Amino acid sequence: MEAIQVEHLVKRYDSVLAVDDIGFTVPAGGTVGLLGGNGAGKTTTIAMLLGLIVPTSGRITVLGHDMAKDRFAALERMNFSSPYVALPHRLTVRENLRVYGHLYNVAHLDDRIATLARDLDLGQILDRPAGQLSAGQKTRVALAKSLINQPEVLLLDEPTASLDPDTGDMVRTWLEQYRAQSGCTILLASHNMAEVERLCHQVIMLKQGRVVDRGTPDELLARYGRQDLEDVFLDIARDRRQAVAA
Amino acid sequence: MKIRSLPMVQPPQWQPMARRIWGLMYRHLALYRRSWPRLLELMYWPILQMCIWGFTARFLATRMGSNPAIMAGGLLLSGVLLWEVTLRSQMGMSISFLEEMWSRNLGHVFVSPLRPFEMVAALIAMSVIRMLTGVLPAILLAWAFYAFNLFSLGPVLVLFFVNLMIFGWAIALGVVSLVLRHGAGAEPLAWGILFGLAPFSAVFYPVSVLPAALQPLALTLPTTHVFEGMRAVLMHGTVRWDHLAAAFVLNLVWIAGAAVLFAWQFHQARVRGALMSIGE
Repeated sequence: MEAIQVEHLVKRYDSVLAVDDIGFTVPAGGTVGLLGGNGAGKTTTIAMLLGLIVPTSGRITVLGHDMAKDRFAALERMNFSSPYVALPHRLTVRENLRVYGHLYNVAHLDDRIATLARDLDLGQILDRPAGQLSAGQKTRVALAKSLINQPEVLLLDEPTASLDPDTGDMVRTWLEQYRAQSGCTILLASHNMAEVERLCHQVIMLKQGRVVDRGTPDELLARYGRQDLEDVFLDIARDRRQAVAA
Repeated sequence: MKIRSLPMVQPPQWQPMARRIWGLMYRHLALYRRSWPRLLELMYWPILQMCIWGFTARFLATRMGSNPAIMAGGLLLSGVLLWEVTLRSQMGMSISFLEEMWSRNLGHVFVSPLRPFEMVAALIAMSVIRMLTGVLPAILLAWAFYAFNLFSLGPVLVLFFVNLMIFGWAIALGVVSLVLRHGAGAEPLAWGILFGLAPFSAVFYPVSVLPAALQPLALTLPTTHVFEGMRAVLMHGTVRWDHLAAAFVLNLVWIAGAAVLFAWQFHQARVRGALMSIGE
């Protein structure tokens, strides 16, 4: 069963082709990484998956719902986190989580907030305004917000950007555990190759809006004859080398 | 770390909708709960306006000492207080939307299951709360300071309020639509747009005072009919149902037009990919 299906997806802004006829699937319970440089089309693709951007053409199906016709049914079962989209900074962490708990119609909301606070170590900051938090704390709060409805599909846009290695590792560990215990499907856009290698079952390499390669991390490493995904990324980004095997 | 499975509740369909609307309202109410300057700001302008026009009315009454002057004072204060209903309704809705934009939160709101019409419903509810918080103290102070009782207009006052609020929401939806289209550049409209309509709304004078060429334009505004109706009650003690009916019909047209504009601009913002970056 595919949790996400993307077919012939195109997004054009006037003369700019941001996403150029891409297609991929994400199996239920899997974690797929979208990799690519700035302007490769990762964020635009995620925004189209969330219904924030209307595709020029193509079709997106999430959890069996056609996003062009029935996006709200899918959105109730999805969630999203990005360091580039903020939470109201004058509200406390608890108030922010309550707002989104209501928006996602979460049952037993206080229990859910307490669970997330314990799991993500938010207890000390629950009643502090979101605007007064450090980058690491904000990331954990954003993650808590994205998990408030126990989503079946989680879209993460650079979830550990600007985090120190310790906090980044903590977030990645939490995501691994959440996926293992909940069976959640994760689509992850990231510049962090180590993160992608660690979390993702499949990697989709984007360049200038097109899918230029895909496979498991091991398959990509073998195909490009590299030791880590960062070199694969550079090979693709700089057109340095073609894949050594088909 | 342990993830516990929470029991799934299947509530009736209206309940999730009501909860989503309440969720967005809670986001705004939480801000006011802790911030007395925000509450004060809501009351400041209506009270200030009422004081200025109240003293003007008192001056007219003391200088002229005649019934017409007292009547004119009542008309001025009624006009000021009822105009504030429209103004605060419009600003309450527009600024609640701008608050989301300023906090760069729209990206999260629009990927939640909150439908656009539910967002509009939440903004309308916030507009009512903000308007009542601002205008009711001014009405009470007008009674305390100048012995002017707006409620003496009688039950028809409720219909005046409803019409003025609906027109405020229609203008606010237009402002939100323009913000969706033009981003932060359209923000100043949230504060200034209604002042441009005030001269045509015949707040302080009858439509007949306007130049003949402008009168048809004025009569397309629901507010004009409300203020004509207000003067009829105050000056002649009669309820002009024809004006009230015209106000309701015009409001239907205005709010329908604003809703279509909003729906179109919201869709266009999704086409342009503007919802994540709006306000930046």
